[in-house]
Amino acid sequence: MKKALLSGNEALARGAYEAGVLVASAYPGTPSTEILENVIRYKEIDASWAPNEKVALEVGIGACFGGARALVTMKHVGVNVAADPLFTLSYTGVRGGLVLVVADDPELHSSQNEQDSRNYAKFAKVPMFEPADSQEALDFIKIAYAAGEQFDTPILLRSTTRISHSKSIVNLGERPAEIPQPTLERNPEKLVMLPGNARRRHVAVEERLLKMEDWSCRQSFNRIEKGAGKVGVITAGVSYQYVKEVLPDADVLKIGLVHPLPKRLIREFAAEYSTLYVVEELDPFIEEQVRAMGISVIGKEKLSICGELTPGRIQKGLFGRDMPTENSSPELPQRPPNMCPGCPHRGVFMELNRSKAFVTGDIGCYTLGFMPPLSAMDTCVCMGASIGNATGISKVLSEEERRKVVAVIGDSTFLHTGINGLMDMVYNKSTATVIILDNRITAMTGRQENPTSGYLLNKQETYRVDMEQLCRAVGAQHVKVIDPYNIALTRKTIREEMARPEVSVIITSRPCMLVPRDNLDKRLPLYVDHDQCTGCKACLRLGCPAISWDEEKKKSNIDRIICVGCKVCQQTCGFGAFQECEKP
Amino acid sequence: MKPVKNILLAGVGGQGILLASEVLSEVMMMAGHDVKKNEIHGMSQRGGSVVSHVRYGEKVYSPIIPEGEADILFSFELLETSRYLPLLRENGQVVINNLKIAPPAVALGKQPYPEHLIEEIRKQFPATMVVNGLDLALEAGNVKTVNTVLLGALSNILEFEHSIWLKALNRMVPARLLEVNLKAFELGCNVK
Repeated sequence: MKKALLSGNEALARGAYEAGVLVASAYPGTPSTEILENVIRYKEIDASWAPNEKVALEVGIGACFGGARALVTMKHVGVNVAADPLFTLSYTGVRGGLVLVVADDPELHSSQNEQDSRNYAKFAKVPMFEPADSQEALDFIKIAYAAGEQFDTPILLRSTTRISHSKSIVNLGERPAEIPQPTLERNPEKLVMLPGNARRRHVAVEERLLKMEDWSCRQSFNRIEKGAGKVGVITAGVSYQYVKEVLPDADVLKIGLVHPLPKRLIREFAAEYSTLYVVEELDPFIEEQVRAMGISVIGKEKLSICGELTPGRIQKGLFGRDMPTENSSPELPQRPPNMCPGCPHRGVFMELNRSKAFVTGDIGCYTLGFMPPLSAMDTCVCMGASIGNATGISKVLSEEERRKVVAVIGDSTFLHTGINGLMDMVYNKSTATVIILDNRITAMTGRQENPTSGYLLNKQETYRVDMEQLCRAVGAQHVKVIDPYNIALTRKTIREEMARPEVSVIITSRPCMLVPRDNLDKRLPLYVDHDQCTGCKACLRLGCPAISWDEEKKKSNIDRIICVGCKVCQQTCGFGAFQECEKP
Repeated sequence: MKPVKNILLAGVGGQGILLASEVLSEVMMMAGHDVKKNEIHGMSQRGGSVVSHVRYGEKVYSPIIPEGEADILFSFELLETSRYLPLLRENGQVVINNLKIAPPAVALGKQPYPEHLIEEIRKQFPATMVVNGLDLALEAGNVKTVNTVLLGALSNILEFEHSIWLKALNRMVPARLLEVNLKAFELGCNVK
């Protein structure tokens, strides 16, 4: 058998391939992004980025209604966006199998909250698998397609950051040699969710869950591992791996299907132990259901609901042992993430700061505009929220303060859900200013294509949304497109549009400096001429990683290895100290 | 069952730590071990602090190294070494790249870069290996081969055969960069 070292995300893509999936759709989001990026390695699968998670799921549902197996992937907060189709898909059931992979982010490594998606399984009445390593990711997704078709239900598969981004050794299988051509098949009683049909389907959903619970108790993905027989642990997902480190002698009930829970199996297992732990990350999802069965367990009173688990945190929680942690002494300066050298967003935020704007922010690299010294973001809630937030806050302010309100949103986030906010803003005659930071890529998650980039997931050329025309089409009367590398123009435009008592949209148009095809004009790095530098520190307000302060000489320096020559710093210097190097 | 061995990689986003941990785990798999590796993508790529956990042995469970059980701290930057030092075992080993990258507070002149870090680390771990990665990478002919130089230095304290390392590099490094990386690796191997 062929072996490979695969991340959880690579294994999920491989599993979908081996399951005969024909269509895959997603919106990027850490830690889920690499699933679709690996799916495109398999030419048999039609894989595409959707503008948001709701559309991704609707595309998947269409393929599934056509009779194909479909894969849809997103991060935990993406399910909030896709929840509407998800809850009704639960009622319609499936024709071809549909698996929705949701990747949670306990510890918020790269997220705005740490919601536990298992609650969605219960809420939407959709079964959910949870793998504990890459092999299980591959195996479970294949089981999920078969089970989904057997029980006529979509299936959720939950990953977490430590599953998606951990590599472990996997045995690879094969894809079925032939997959039948999907065809149209009408079944309106099942697929048209008018009240009369949906009432009947709800009954089927409840019956389905009971059947699956009974079935699940007999499946090997729920297994008991015998230890010394003294202590019992119920666990699932990556927590299982930590339990094996911390409690190597415990008897473990490892749950593979976390909804519906295999209650009979749990009852039989629990009867054997006077000490029974439930070890799970985030919410007491398993614990509460086990307690509701009248079984007493030790769980969240010892292990935090907040943050991820680690072997050390379990040691500390269960046994009170003090565990080492990284050195967080204030003498060691923190190293938070920063915008890249040459990032086209940097100058915009410097000018927003200088213009004393109240910035309603959004989700993307530019959320880092919050960090000092740029310090120009005042709110950030969810994808697309900046524009609606700006409309709302403008409604309640005095005419004077209202002028300070600026919504800032990236191109991908604007198309995701921001466009609806702009429609509302224009339609309801708001006065706020919107800046669309258009770098023509979904940058934060690792530079994925989107409808503004002009390229598909597979890098083929395609149509490109004309952002300016789009804004005009919803009725915005004042739309300006500027180059954010031009600082004087950026400042002038921001101040003019902030003063205007009507909606205005500024599109700052510059490709992400990490996208090679858009940066063909290779620029030369800059250096600081110390004879000209007066040590005024104006350039330091940019917070560019390439610029640093020399405490001894009281002058600025540029690291020419990382400088990309955007020349924004040159424009902040009143003394002409920033000069171009003669060679790269 | 033989105990699992743990290597914690630390440094700054953009230093090639993820590629180094890829090569490292490939070597371990080729040597016949069970392997797990983990790191965080996303936010931390943007010049932030980066750690990667690599574990190997007969059977590895947790993809992250239990706190205080790292056998080797393999670090690409001085300050990051100090940050993650408490996660090392008492008799653990340290391999450090002799390089300072100023975090934002230092670059802005608001906080000094801590001094005497190597001396402090040596006090606790006398056998610490310090590598002048950038000098050797320049000697190899490409400033971006620091991570390969460091892998060469690390290979001196691991039990894997030289030929397995070469095979892994051959497999994972793009063809046009292979020669310079092999040279960088050998220069790293010469560091004792």
